[in-house]
Amino acid sequence: MTKSKHSYHFKKSHFAFPYTIISIIFVIVPLLILVYYAFTDKYTGGFTLNNFSMFGEGSLWITLGISFLMAFLTTLICFLLAYPLAIALCKINANRRFILVMIFVLPMWINSLLRIYSVKLLFNDFLLIDRGFFLSLIGMVYDFFPFMLLPIYTILSQMNNSYFEASTDLGANPYKTFMKVKLPLSIPGIVSGVLMVFMPAVSTFAINDILGSSQYWLFGNEIYFWFQKGLYNIGSAFAFIMLVLILISVAISSALNKIVDPRSKSLKSRGETL
Amino acid sequence: MKNTLSQTINNEKIMQKQSKRNKTNINKIISITFISLMALIVYLPTLLLIVYSFTPSKTIGSWSGFSFELYTQMFQDAEIMTALLNTLIVGFVASLLAGIIGVITAIGIYSMKKTGRRLIDGITQITMVNADIVTAAAFMMFFILIRFIPDGYATLILAHTVICTPYVIMSVLPKLSQLDPNVYEAGLDLGATPFKTLCKVMIPQLMPAILSGFALAFTISLDDFTISTFVSSSVDTIPQYLYNKLKFKGVMPVLRALSTLILVVAFIILITINLVQNRKSKQKTLF
Repeated sequence: MTKSKHSYHFKKSHFAFPYTIISIIFVIVPLLILVYYAFTDKYTGGFTLNNFSMFGEGSLWITLGISFLMAFLTTLICFLLAYPLAIALCKINANRRFILVMIFVLPMWINSLLRIYSVKLLFNDFLLIDRGFFLSLIGMVYDFFPFMLLPIYTILSQMNNSYFEASTDLGANPYKTFMKVKLPLSIPGIVSGVLMVFMPAVSTFAINDILGSSQYWLFGNEIYFWFQKGLYNIGSAFAFIMLVLILISVAISSALNKIVDPRSKSLKSRGETL
Repeated sequence: MKNTLSQTINNEKIMQKQSKRNKTNINKIISITFISLMALIVYLPTLLLIVYSFTPSKTIGSWSGFSFELYTQMFQDAEIMTALLNTLIVGFVASLLAGIIGVITAIGIYSMKKTGRRLIDGITQITMVNADIVTAAAFMMFFILIRFIPDGYATLILAHTVICTPYVIMSVLPKLSQLDPNVYEAGLDLGATPFKTLCKVMIPQLMPAILSGFALAFTISLDDFTISTFVSSSVDTIPQYLYNKLKFKGVMPVLRALSTLILVVAFIILITINLVQNRKSKQKTLF
């Protein structure tokens, strides 16, 4: 008995094994299945690129164009509002600041459909703005704003004030100090904010279904449509394109972060800021 | 002469300080105004929603008297109550499972070497960074291929557990580093099995972090719409219900009461976690 006990020595690190197995089965394998479906024929099951044939048509490129324009505008507006707000928040005394930051960040954890519904009530029903591209844009800005604010605020609040004082002492005016010192130092926060707004904005379909009009589609609507129709292979092909886009943007952001700060970790996500 | 010179220098210094103070004061006033304005804009839709949940009028803008009519309507609506119950069941079971798996995994990761850590870190990053719609589609294909998992509660709970677990790990991991590493070894030395040591020694110490991880997982489960729609066609949760009503139906005043109820409950949970975390660790934590 004692011998068998010694032959298997339990280490604390073995506690991580169950999750490793679970996540391989339920995270990695499903993604591989998705990729497999994207490249196989619905009937024969053989390798094919036909699922991507939609990309030869002009209408899909219009969808992609509108989708990217929407995501770009959402990201830009979020940034233009979040950056000054983050600076303003940093000017408040530390003990009062916590509550204020919480006020702006809390909506991030409230159901997104609920927030979209409230936006619909205010802008569509109360202010009588018609459903369409513009209303969709407002909805997206409302929905994704906290995700831009949090990383920017986090990086600005951790900045050492002596950098700016040094810059001022060396004769730079406030504008120059901002452009040459503060803004470059906050790039990692901006990058993760942009990533956390842009990617969901490209892939969402619920916001546009509720606030947009049926005259145009976004990329997310396209993906949802094919899965709903039961044409899984074509749907998987679209989802695969989305996956590639995400991988590219994560790679770009980690490369940018490495340029700014070689020690920084690749990506800040919702959980890491906890 | 000397005296007056030093005095003028002193006076100048005081004046400089004062002008600097005035400047920071003006800056502060501008900051506070801007912050209040932004907070107002951010919360205006929510406020409107809450206020108009207490009037049965069909459209926003026309007030037809204060009443709880929408709330009684909501509690009598079988479809809403089923969706609410489904959401709570799925959220509770999934976050319980995520909590258990997350805590055990966090303890494992904490005592791992670099390579193992990186592997699991990579996997959790994939789950958190991946777009909802891609995760959802991948789950859907997986469940279609593996037919023996019944559509509904099983698929919902499974998918929610998988997406929530990384957040529990993230909330427990930092607290682990504050624990005394010798306590676990002491448990083993005194003859307890690793599992017993885990239950009797580690988990009680980690309880605050576990509870906030659990609450976090719960809010994420409540928040999810995309993945639920893809993996479950027979069982609807609240977000799915909301989507279907908002997309296909016009005005439904009862939704205002439902939304207000969920908002209030969610805010209470969130504020509690934040205050508890803030009190436990002096360090300012934010979601």
